Amino acid sequence: MGIPYYPGCTLSTKAKNYDRSGRAVAAALGLELEELAEWQCCGATFPLVLDDSMALIAPTRILYQAQQAGERVATLCAICFNVLRRSQALLKRDPEMLERINWFTEQEYRGDMHVVHFLEILRDDLGWEALAERVVRPLTGLRVAPYYGCLLLRPYDEIGLDDPEDPSILHDLVRALGAEPVDFPYSIECCGSYLTVKDPQVSETLSKDIVTSARGCGAQAIITACPLCQFNLDYPQRETEAGRAGNEIPVLYFTQLMAVALGLPEEDWGMEEHYVDPRLLFNEQ
Amino acid sequence: MIGAGISGMQAALDIADSGYEVILVEKEPSIGGHMAQLSETFPTLDCSQCILTPRTVEVGQHPNIRLLTLSEVVDVEGEVGNFRVKILRHPRYVIEEKCTACDDCAKVCPMVVPNKFDRGLAARRAIYIPHPQAVPAVYTLDPDACMGLFPLACGKCAEACEADAIDYDMRPEIVEVEVGAIIVATGYELYQDEAVQAYTYMDHPDVMDGLEFERLLSASGPTGGKIIRPSDRTVPKEVVFIQCAGSRNPEHGVPYCSKICCMYTAKHAILYRHRIPDGQVYVFYIDIRAGGKGYEEFVTRAMEEDRTVYIRGRVSKVFSQDGKVMVWGVDTLTGSKVEIAADMVVVVAAIVPSEGSRRVAEMLGISVDEFGFYTASDAEMTPVEGGVPGVFLAGADLGPQDIPETVAQASGAAAKVLAMFQAAQVEMPEPEEIP
Repeated sequence: MGIPYYPGCTLSTKAKNYDRSGRAVAAALGLELEELAEWQCCGATFPLVLDDSMALIAPTRILYQAQQAGERVATLCAICFNVLRRSQALLKRDPEMLERINWFTEQEYRGDMHVVHFLEILRDDLGWEALAERVVRPLTGLRVAPYYGCLLLRPYDEIGLDDPEDPSILHDLVRALGAEPVDFPYSIECCGSYLTVKDPQVSETLSKDIVTSARGCGAQAIITACPLCQFNLDYPQRETEAGRAGNEIPVLYFTQLMAVALGLPEEDWGMEEHYVDPRLLFNEQ
Repeated sequence: MIGAGISGMQAALDIADSGYEVILVEKEPSIGGHMAQLSETFPTLDCSQCILTPRTVEVGQHPNIRLLTLSEVVDVEGEVGNFRVKILRHPRYVIEEKCTACDDCAKVCPMVVPNKFDRGLAARRAIYIPHPQAVPAVYTLDPDACMGLFPLACGKCAEACEADAIDYDMRPEIVEVEVGAIIVATGYELYQDEAVQAYTYMDHPDVMDGLEFERLLSASGPTGGKIIRPSDRTVPKEVVFIQCAGSRNPEHGVPYCSKICCMYTAKHAILYRHRIPDGQVYVFYIDIRAGGKGYEEFVTRAMEEDRTVYIRGRVSKVFSQDGKVMVWGVDTLTGSKVEIAADMVVVVAAIVPSEGSRRVAEMLGISVDEFGFYTASDAEMTPVEGGVPGVFLAGADLGPQDIPETVAQASGAAAKVLAMFQAAQVEMPEPEEIP
């Protein structure tokens, strides 16, 4: 039996390539991700006020659905991960809230699921050394900037995945794949997130700073664990009527980088629809 | 007397001048402590070396003071009036009485290492004198840096030494003394922990702590008092100070206020501006704590006369970009984000007890607070008494404090010791002779 897996909406629509590469990589490592039998949107935002029980209903239902499948549920999307992990933390420390939501949904969620990000499974279940042993196409010499963004790390008290100021999990992954992680000062800065819809100028400015910084520090590619970060960093580098600026840098999901290093077939890479095509990196090699 | 910084020296001189013998133990090769590293003092802008050196010389030459540098107290037995103290003397490999401080040995020494006294901003040889005014004015051979010591492969310094002062065979030595009272003044260090490191890029050469900046300002420092960036030796035109780095930060640092930082930052801003009149200083602060005679006026002077820009808010990030040190922070008075492309950043780090103070406390039975500062038996009424009869405290090991406070406290501790000695003599008359 595989690991219960919650893909979320974005990975079923705009970020299918994250889902595909993620599942392929997991399967290749013997860590099969098994999609929950039934699921719906997590709400995509953890409630910003203390008493917003309405916004907790969707994540609680997902946790209940996951409860049917096992003791933990894995995610790839950093946003879903953030919402589910924080909801779980809240329900655990607030039994009254759990009771109220269970009363409303008429479901019996016990409140003890473990929400894990696939990166944690790689780090804690498999281990970086074991991953390195599975690499068939080491990405030697490739300089990769790990971009963490916000939701994978913060707030630390509820997420606790890695050091919120000086994280290393993506760095370790890059190293295990034989590539070279590039430190850059914007690796934990916000990409603008949903402002890309409401006020695109803000997120374009932020993303430009992030991409410029990564490039300035010598990176040839950026990796991320979040579909919105991927979009916000990739899209502003698209080809416009004025052509390309000529200093583009591909933005990949960490699972795509893994798919290459693990020697999976190109259809599992899912690199067809990037605004800056990452395949050039690997075909050059 | 354990520790020969300004407070240890003050207490030693007070007691020695009263006719009692003092054994002054210092773990560093020279005395003067952090005050010897300072450029000027606040709020008078006195030259620190100029007011300190007469004291260090006096300590070095005082007939009643036996100065043991490169030494540590390792064991204490007995009780008030009759302590038996074991002192470990680390080998200097230079015979103090013979050394003439001619510098011939350092000239031929092939090993170059960072000089701790200059906070690593300058280099020294393996055989060295920490700074020109050092007391005792003798060279020290650093066994970790020397390549000739184990095994003897070099030996150049011994060949060059006309005074024949170098002895590679010197070994650690235990000196045992009996004393009536002990004063502890082990001083402070700057916080070097991750909280300060969180302003990442602490390894950037142009990001430094307050003592490093002090060495840059010092006329006897590595640059002769010229303020230049360590990275490229250019003159920094924009300098950012980050106050409360580690202080007043219960989550990631220490919760207490380090007390002296507001003042020495104002001093740095004034001194910087005097050296570089077209330069600009920015100070990020939480609030300005300038309680003390002439202190508030001093900070006002930094703001008004020397045009220092004070920004009320904290810094979130420091990083290197295009040859500049980028500083991100917030101005909480206007509610706006601040970005400064600085040439140099000074991290005004918290004051913490010096390394080894806990060991000293355990050895003597002094209680410490959760941060390692010594606690007096009663903070209000007996602020220099260590809770163990005959053990007295002085200096920044009791908590962050400035020079005048430290000196007053040291004199207080000395007075306590003298009073005790006097009383002991009154109470214990000579035993009657039995015919």
